[in-house]
Amino acid sequence: MIPAAADMKALVQVEDLAKTFDVSGPWLNRVVERKPRQFVHAVDGVSFSIPKGQTLALVGESGCGKSTVARLLVGLYAPTRGSVHFGGHDTAKLKGAELRSLRRRMQMIFQDPYASLNPRWKVLDIVGEPLREHGLAQGGDALRDQVGELLRSVGLAAADCVKFPHQFSGGQRQRISIARALATEPEFLVCDEPTSALDVSVQAQVLNIMQDLQHRQGLTYLFISHNLAVVRHVADEVGVMYLGRLVEQAPKKSLFSQPRHPYTRMLLDAIPDIHMSGRARTPVQGEVPNPLNPPQGCAFHPRCPHANARCSSERPALRTIAGIRVACHAVEEGRI
Amino acid sequence: MSTTSPPSSALPAAPGFWARFFDSDIWHSFTSSPMAMLAAAIAVVCLFVSLFAPWVAPHNPFDLATLNLSDSRLPPVWVEGGNSAYLLGTDDQGRDILSAIMYGARISLFVGLASVLLSLVVGVGLGLLSGFVGGKVDAFIMRVCDVMLSFPSILVALLIDGVGRAMFPNAHETLAFGVLILAISLTGWVQYARTVRGSTLVERNKEYVQAARVIGVAPLRIMARHVLPNVMGPVLVLATIQVAAAILTEATLSFLGVGVPPTSPSLGTLIRIGNDFLFSGEWWITIFPGAMLVLIALSVNLLGDWLRDALNPRLN
Amino acid sequence: MAPPPLLEVKNLRVEFPTRRGTLLALDDISFDIAPGEVLGVVGESGAGKSLTGAAIIGLLDPPGRIASGEIRLAGQRIDNLPYEKMRQLRGRRIGAIFQDPLTSLNPLYTIGRQLVETIQTHLPVDAGEARARAIRLLQETGIPAAEQRIDQYPHQFSGGMRQRVVIALALAAEPQLIVADEPTTALDVSIQAQIIALLKRLCREHGAAIMLVTHDMGVIAETCDRVAVLYAGRVAEIGPVQDVIHRPRHPYTAGLMGSIPAMDEDRERLLQIDGAMPRLNAIPAGCAFNPRCPQVMARCRSERPELVDAGATRAACWLVHEAVSS
Repeated sequence: MIPAAADMKALVQVEDLAKTFDVSGPWLNRVVERKPRQFVHAVDGVSFSIPKGQTLALVGESGCGKSTVARLLVGLYAPTRGSVHFGGHDTAKLKGAELRSLRRRMQMIFQDPYASLNPRWKVLDIVGEPLREHGLAQGGDALRDQVGELLRSVGLAAADCVKFPHQFSGGQRQRISIARALATEPEFLVCDEPTSALDVSVQAQVLNIMQDLQHRQGLTYLFISHNLAVVRHVADEVGVMYLGRLVEQAPKKSLFSQPRHPYTRMLLDAIPDIHMSGRARTPVQGEVPNPLNPPQGCAFHPRCPHANARCSSERPALRTIAGIRVACHAVEEGRI
Repeated sequence: MSTTSPPSSALPAAPGFWARFFDSDIWHSFTSSPMAMLAAAIAVVCLFVSLFAPWVAPHNPFDLATLNLSDSRLPPVWVEGGNSAYLLGTDDQGRDILSAIMYGARISLFVGLASVLLSLVVGVGLGLLSGFVGGKVDAFIMRVCDVMLSFPSILVALLIDGVGRAMFPNAHETLAFGVLILAISLTGWVQYARTVRGSTLVERNKEYVQAARVIGVAPLRIMARHVLPNVMGPVLVLATIQVAAAILTEATLSFLGVGVPPTSPSLGTLIRIGNDFLFSGEWWITIFPGAMLVLIALSVNLLGDWLRDALNPRLN
Repeated sequence: MAPPPLLEVKNLRVEFPTRRGTLLALDDISFDIAPGEVLGVVGESGAGKSLTGAAIIGLLDPPGRIASGEIRLAGQRIDNLPYEKMRQLRGRRIGAIFQDPLTSLNPLYTIGRQLVETIQTHLPVDAGEARARAIRLLQETGIPAAEQRIDQYPHQFSGGMRQRVVIALALAAEPQLIVADEPTTALDVSIQAQIIALLKRLCREHGAAIMLVTHDMGVIAETCDRVAVLYAGRVAEIGPVQDVIHRPRHPYTAGLMGSIPAMDEDRERLLQIDGAMPRLNAIPAGCAFNPRCPQVMARCRSERPELVDAGATRAACWLVHEAVSS
C-alpha cells in the first residue's frame, strides 16, 4: 500500500536531537585524582522526518548512537537538546492524559528476545499489559480473546497465551514482543535490531510478518540495524550514522547503488555477502574511534581516504544534494 | 500454525503451580540431596513441635500449679535416678526440661521468624527503591547501610533494647517482644537491601522493564510487579540463613539477660538459667536447651546452603 | 591423487545424559578437512555446530560426551586420548579461536606473556626466541608498534585488535588445524572483513587448515573452500561453497539461502521456512527436516537419508537419492 501524496506528511519529525551521557567517575575520585568530567555525546544533532506508512532505517556500527536515537524517540531517555514531533505535537511538552495518548500511538520492539519478556509472567499477562494499562481491556474471557487475536496476527496460536516465555524459541518470543507492541493499535513502531539475535530463517519469518502488518495496518517504522542486507529489504529510506551524527540519508535504491559519503562506501564495500563474494574491494582502514574522545571536525576524517585540512577542523553540515542528504566536505566540494 | 482456534473457555488450563513445582529442577535437586531432606525434616519437626507445644509437650513447665518441688533436679531418664515422666530431667524448680525446650523453642522461633520477616520487608523495599531510583536516594540508602554494617550487630541490638527499656520501664510483655524483634531486625535488613539493589540494577536495564516503561506503566508498579518477582531468588536464600542468625542473636541477648522477658523464657534464657547449675553436676539443665538451639540453627543453615546451590544456575 | 585428509570425523555422535533421558546432540556426523583447506560449518542455533568444534578440540562440557564415532588428526585418533595428551595436542596441533575476545584473553597478564607462554609450552625455544616469535606474529596480524604493544594488557586493545591477538595466540605453536567458533560475530561489521581476510591469509602462509564454525553465510562465502550445512545435529549438505550457495540440492539449504536478504537485488518477500528447528528431545523420525519440507514424501517420515553424491555437492535427502538412481 503506497500512501497517496496527500498522506505523505511527516508523522515523525526530529530536529537537532542530541543526548549526552555523563560518564565521569565518582565525585570523590575526580577530586582526589584531579580528573575532569567526561561526557559521551551519544547522539550529536540528528534531524530527520518519517512520512506516514514508510520505513526509515538507521544503520551504523557500535557507538554510532542509533539505539540511543530509538530510545529518545519513545521517551526512555530525555533529550539533552532538540525536539521530537509526533503527529504535529512536540512530545516533550505533553503531560498527563496527552502523554498517555502518545504512548498508545507509538511502541517499541527490542533486540533481545530473551530479555524483552518478563520471565515470570504468562504470555496472556505480557501481551495484555498494554491493554490493561490503557483501559482497553474488557475483563476476563474477553481479554483472552483479545490477546488470542493478537497472537494469531503474528502467526502464533491463541492457546499459547497460557504459556511462559521460556517455553518459546527466540523467533516466537520476538513475535510475542510484536503482538505486545501492536496491542494498542499504534501508528508508529520503533524497532531496535528486532532480528539481529535471530537465526536467518527465523529472521525471514519475522521480517515477512512485519512487512505484512505494515501493509495491512499502514504502520510507520523506524528500523534500527547494523545489517545492511536486512535494511535493504525492509527500508524505504536509509540513514547512516557514525559516532552520533547522521552522515548520509537517501532513498534505498540511491544509497545502495550510489553511496555518496565515504563511510557509506566503506561500509557497503566491507560487508561479507553471499551473493557478491570475491569482489574487488578497497581495504578498510582503522576502527571506530573511542566515543569519549571523538576526532575534531568530521568524525570520520582519520579513516577517510579523501580527507583534507578542512575535514580535520570543521564539522560538515548535513546538506541536501539532488534529493540526498550528505554531511561531507568532499561531496559538497565536488571532489568525489 | 493453526488457522482456527477453540474459544477461550476451552483453552487448556496451564499446569497448576504444584504440578510445575514437583516437575521442576529445584524439587529434583531437593530429593537427590539426603542432607537437604534430613535438614528439612529436622527443621519441620522443630517447627511443628514448637508451634504445637501446648498440646505436644508432656507438661506445662510455666504453670506453677503443676510444679512439684520434690521432682526437682532429676537427671534424664537414662541416668540412674531419672524418672520416665521427665524424659530429659528437671531443673531446680521441678520444671520438665523437655517441655521447657519445646516452649522455649516456640519463643525463639517466633522472635527469629518475626524479625527476619520485618528485616526482609524493610530491606527488600529499600533495596528495590535504591536500585530502581538510583541517584541521591541510592547513595543515601547505601551510606546508611555502610554505617549500620560498621556496628557489631549485638551492640546495635543491645542499644535499641536498652533504649526501649529506658523509655518504657514497666513495659507490657508485647511491647518488650516488639522492641526485641525490632532490635534484631535492624541488624539484618542491610544484607537484603544490598543484594536486592544489585539484582534490581541488573533487571532495571533489561528490555522487559524498558518495554513496560514504553507502554506507560507507572514506576512503582514496574518495581512491584515486574522487578520484584525476579529479584526474590537470592532473598529466599538469605532469609533462610538469616533465620538461624536471628535465633542465635535472640539467644545471645536472652543469655545476657536483655532479651525476652523472664515470664516467657526462650532457649537462650534456659541456657542462662542452666548455666548456674553446670558446675554442680546438673549438666542436663543447660546442655539440652543448647543442643536444641544448635539443632535448629544447623538444620536451617544447611537448608539455606542447599537452596543457594540449587538456585545457582551455573552449578546446574 | 589427493593428499590424505588432515582431519577425519567419522560417524560422530555426541550425547547429553539428562534426568529426563539422553539427548543426542550430534547424530552421525562425518566430514573431512584436507591440509590447508578452509571448511565452513554452518547451521542455525541448536544445529550442533559449536558442539562439533568443541568435540574436536576436546572441550565438551560435561555431562556431554562422545558416545561413538572417531576423530582422527593426520591419521591418529584423538577422540579417546587421556586428558593430558589432549592438552598437549591442543595448541600444538590444533589452535582454537572463540567468539568473545574479551574472555579468550586473560585480563591479568600482558599479551606478551600469554604469547610467550603458549610458544614455550609447545615449542622447544628459549625465552628470547619466544619473544622474537611473538613480536613477529603480532606484526603479521597487523598490530602496529608490536614491539611496544606486546607488553600491554588486553584491556588496552580494541575489540578488533584483541581478536587479532587471539589469532596470533592460536597460530603461536604452528598448529596444523585451527578451529574458529564464530570469530567475527562479536565484532563491528567493517572489522569483520579485515579479520576474516587476515585469518585466511595467515593460515595460508602458515599452512594451517581452518574449520570455521558460524551462522553467518556471508562470512562463509568470503572465506571457505567447502561448507557443511548442519541441521538438528546431522549434516544436511556438504560441498564446495559456491555450489552449496547457488545450486543447493537439499531443500533446507535451498530454504536457508533463499531466506537471506540479498545486497544486490530486490525481492518482494523473503523465502521463509515455516516452523522452527526441532528441539533435541523432539527430533522427528526419518529425516529431521520432514515436518518443514515443502517437498516432503512419505519415505521421508520414516527413513533417515544418508549423504549421497548429488553432482557437485553431497546431500542427505531422498529426493536426491531418487534423482541419482533414476
